[in-house]
Amino acid sequence: MNIVEKILARGSGKSSVSPDDVVFANVDKVMVHDVSGPGVLKVFDKLKKQGIPVDKLWDPTKVWVAEDHFVPSAEKVSAENVVKLSNFTKNYGIEKHFKYGMGQYGICHTLSHEEAMVMPGDVYVGGDSHTNTTGALGAFACGLGHTDIAYVLLNGKIWFKVPETILFKLNGKLPEHVMAKDVILKIIGDIGTDGGNYRTMQFGGSGIEEMSVESRLTMCNMTTEAGAKNGIVEPDQKVIDYLSSRGATNFNLITGDPDAEYDEVIEYESSELEPTIAKPFSPENITVVREAPSVELDKSYIGSCTGAKYEDLEAAAKILKGRQVKIRTEILPAAISIYKRAMENGLLKIFLDAGVTVGPPTCGACCGAHMGVLAKDEICISTTNRNFPGRMGHVESQTYLSSPMVAAASAVTGKITDPRDLN
Amino acid sequence: MEPFKNIQSIITPLDKVNVDTDQIIPKQFLKLVQKSGFGKFLFYNWRFDETENKRSDFVLNDSKYENSHILVSGDNFGCGSSREHAVWALQDYGFSVIIAPSFADIFFSNCFKNGILPITLDQEIVETLFIETDSVEIDLENQIIVTPSRTIPFTIDSHKKKILLEGLDDIAQTFQLENKIIEFEENSTVPSVLKSF
Repeated sequence: MNIVEKILARGSGKSSVSPDDVVFANVDKVMVHDVSGPGVLKVFDKLKKQGIPVDKLWDPTKVWVAEDHFVPSAEKVSAENVVKLSNFTKNYGIEKHFKYGMGQYGICHTLSHEEAMVMPGDVYVGGDSHTNTTGALGAFACGLGHTDIAYVLLNGKIWFKVPETILFKLNGKLPEHVMAKDVILKIIGDIGTDGGNYRTMQFGGSGIEEMSVESRLTMCNMTTEAGAKNGIVEPDQKVIDYLSSRGATNFNLITGDPDAEYDEVIEYESSELEPTIAKPFSPENITVVREAPSVELDKSYIGSCTGAKYEDLEAAAKILKGRQVKIRTEILPAAISIYKRAMENGLLKIFLDAGVTVGPPTCGACCGAHMGVLAKDEICISTTNRNFPGRMGHVESQTYLSSPMVAAASAVTGKITDPRDLN
Repeated sequence: MEPFKNIQSIITPLDKVNVDTDQIIPKQFLKLVQKSGFGKFLFYNWRFDETENKRSDFVLNDSKYENSHILVSGDNFGCGSSREHAVWALQDYGFSVIIAPSFADIFFSNCFKNGILPITLDQEIVETLFIETDSVEIDLENQIIVTPSRTIPFTIDSHKKKILLEGLDDIAQTFQLENKIIEFEENSTVPSVLKSF
């Protein structure tokens, strides 16, 4: 069995499972945020009317909650949703609620690794499509709709059809200035936004072994954009070190068997990869940066669960150090812990000296909610994950998706720029 | 959830691929917490211009399709964000059946939780339905679409068919087995879930 099959077999108490088997798996962790939380409460209301008891969760210690999409509240509806979420956690006895303005908080998928909320081998579900991110720790991590999350909250289980797995093998270490984001954009460009539908996208090979845990998180994060059920990397010592430094103990690493089977194996040579972007209006609409259209950018945005981890900020700082931005540039670290490290290690000074505005952790403009959305006809380069029409603001605005290095280099020139071409 | 009944309706052709949930229901409506009423925001940016006037060139604004319950679209319908609001909006607007060559995973699953029938058909057949939009009948029991000129069979997982026909969501299904669960738990050393309610 491969890693996903082994995790789902463990979760469902079976000795072995195969693709297309339907299993009823125990869930180890479940997450809701300030959009899916109120959504789940609506489902609870409906169930209550049907006479189904909803006054107790299966296990409040396995549930955790993040405030990320609409904090800081820009208007009263969002503010009320945060109150609803607080009442929810209080009423159901959920202790892990990361609150805006009270120490550590941030984007849910970032907290999943920054706070070691999810462990290798876990079956982890969240009320958000980018839950796939956390598969980089060696967990089976996938997003669910509100009704499914409500079901998990009450019963602690959910059924899955065991997905087929595509193994992407990355051979060799990535060249300088080429980041995980470039690799995953290239893959999505090759297989299309439905190329991973219903399937697992697993990443392996020497290029992935060389990668930091945070780079692997970027890879798994965007498997969602290829329609994948989940993304996953087999856990290794790097994952143990990463989670141990965040307080985790007791690891139960699950890896695939030597004779594991894959639906498909697709190989990439790292040395052949280049800084890559996705043009409007689809993550599959890729081109290498050196062949990007010559457009005048209005804004550079470095944020989100995809592109504002510590390593992403560090990469942007390398480019921005001693330079000035030419266009409106915002950097929103994805969690307070990252913000703090950026401050301690001098990254914030580099950003502020370059003319960048540094905002608080939030999903913010990535989902077009607030904190720097785009006006009509504005063009943005962004380290986020989706560039559908209107995703980051006005329906006639445009977003180019890129790595943090490309977003930073483009901020300096005002045009889409390969970091290797900066003076 | 209401049991799924046979549907007789004209088809609304939305000839686009990769229709994502941001287009189905834009982000500004996600924070709304009322239980229903998302239908008026369905495909908001496609239906309305900046001054909130209806765009005459969008198919849903053609009065011909006003009472349609069947939406036909291109590949990978429902991709992107997992927001279940997308299904709520389609349902509240009046759609009970979505036909496409392929669907995104979470959207597909969310449909069954809310009594919407997603039908996967071959690309060539979907393309003919874009043109042949006259009234058709969707017969879930017999797994056929009956158009004036032909009968198109479709496949559906037998369990999913049952839950739609009986109007059972996952939670209701579990409670149908309440006696068996209690019986199992009585013989188990793990503390009871049901008895704690």
